[in-house]
Amino acid sequence: MAFSRLLIANRGEIAVRIQRAARELGMTTIQVYSAADEDSLAVKMADKAINIGPPHAAKSYLNIAAILEAAETTGAEAIHPGYGFLSENADFAEAVEAAGLVFVGPTASTIRTMGDKAAARAAAEKAGVPVVPGSAGRVADFAQARAAAAEIGYSVMIKASAGGGGRGIRVVESAEGLEAAFDQAGAEAKAAFGDSGLYLEKFIARARHVEVQVLGDGRDAIHCYERECSLQRRRQKVWEEAPALALKPNVREALCACAVRLAKSVAYRGAGTLEFLYDDATERFYFIEMNTRIQVEHPVTEMATGVDLVREMLRVAAGAPLAYTQSAIRLRGHAIEARINAEDPAQNFRPSPGTVSDYRAPGGAGTRFDTLLYQGYQVPPFYDSLIGKLIVWDETREAALARMRRALTELIVEGIATTAPLHQELVEDEAVRAGAFHTRWLEDWLSSRQRRAAS
Amino acid sequence: MAQILSPLPGTFYRKPAPDKPPFKSEGDSVAVGDVIGLIEVMKNFVEVHADAAGKVAKFIADNEEPVMAGQPLVEVS
Repeated sequence: MAFSRLLIANRGEIAVRIQRAARELGMTTIQVYSAADEDSLAVKMADKAINIGPPHAAKSYLNIAAILEAAETTGAEAIHPGYGFLSENADFAEAVEAAGLVFVGPTASTIRTMGDKAAARAAAEKAGVPVVPGSAGRVADFAQARAAAAEIGYSVMIKASAGGGGRGIRVVESAEGLEAAFDQAGAEAKAAFGDSGLYLEKFIARARHVEVQVLGDGRDAIHCYERECSLQRRRQKVWEEAPALALKPNVREALCACAVRLAKSVAYRGAGTLEFLYDDATERFYFIEMNTRIQVEHPVTEMATGVDLVREMLRVAAGAPLAYTQSAIRLRGHAIEARINAEDPAQNFRPSPGTVSDYRAPGGAGTRFDTLLYQGYQVPPFYDSLIGKLIVWDETREAALARMRRALTELIVEGIATTAPLHQELVEDEAVRAGAFHTRWLEDWLSSRQRRAAS
Repeated sequence: MAQILSPLPGTFYRKPAPDKPPFKSEGDSVAVGDVIGLIEVMKNFVEVHADAAGKVAKFIADNEEPVMAGQPLVEVS
């Protein structure tokens, strides 16, 4: 199973990140790219690069046949899928293994189980992990929905079984509003997904988003503590921290132990994340879903634990047992990540592709900038707007905030708009400094800021 | 003969969704403000509105083709 030629089936900053880990392990890096990414940093850094098609992702980074052909042409022995694109595609994982290559991640069957919302919820319940109280699977009709809502207790959330992207979701505060919302959500789900199936969950008004990082080698599994990603816009994370802010030590231990139990119950291999909602008021946490890949915000965990998660993924994929026992994983200090996107926060986050005319990266103690940028690079319009992740670490959260403020002043990106000015505001905000936020806090803050600007 | 230009760089789509018919086909009449396609830029979809009226003479850009800002998409006669 050992391999030395790794193909990276992704682009952008994560491709660069994976190459760095691979090179430290002495591997040869093979970077696939679309026609729009010929000049990308990932292509420049790789030992070998191969064009797999036109800019449109469906024809390149999502094109399984083209990627497997590139692997064969270049003599790749393993494929790291990164995040997004094919990273949670069970068919891809299966095709990679069928081609005699190593897929750096869990088995196709794990991806299938944990990728299906109902199946993941069932696996969690079986492993004794608390889930958001809800109906037992789909509700057949309104009468069942009414009975389920009464049992769960209002407010409830009606969700589409086939759901995603926030469509087919309604929050209902009392029994009076249930029927109209049920009909609307069903119609919306039917239109969006061709499936009007609905289920119900308890609505938690002021939840934090807390997620546990796990690592497994297919036999054993450990956790690397948790992150908090409550600052979100349109369900996209904007700012992440490790550890989470509001957890008492006993709650943290219980949460992480739950995550390890679930990871072990599916014989998890690779890096994975279990996402939870955390309710400050009751100090309870509820499993929502599992991501069976490396995540964008993994560096905050790396900074707070000292574990190189991507290197560990590669080692485990090559058949090695986990390099760490649970007791070797220690939390130290506090890490914060600010996502730098090519978007204009002054113009409702309008995308801002284009040429980077001037660029300077932040540096110094406790400061890390994972990026795809270099001076003169042309940010293409075809992909995600993430262009960098500014991560800082220090002994305390307060010191980390000071470091974030300092590092943001060093970052220079000219020629395109970025979200750095938003982070400069957030780092000064009283609520952010106090850690007093929840998953809808940032959107409320943005809309009240817009009103202030308009008046 | 007038040309409708792409307002943004990105991927051009002639249909609102893969399984839906195109917004406009050759020979269709076009009024100012009609949606003639979408541009996907960094996962955001932006409608392209006609700024000329007449009939669609020819699509210059294909469905799912990468386009630059200012690139002609449709010829209207």
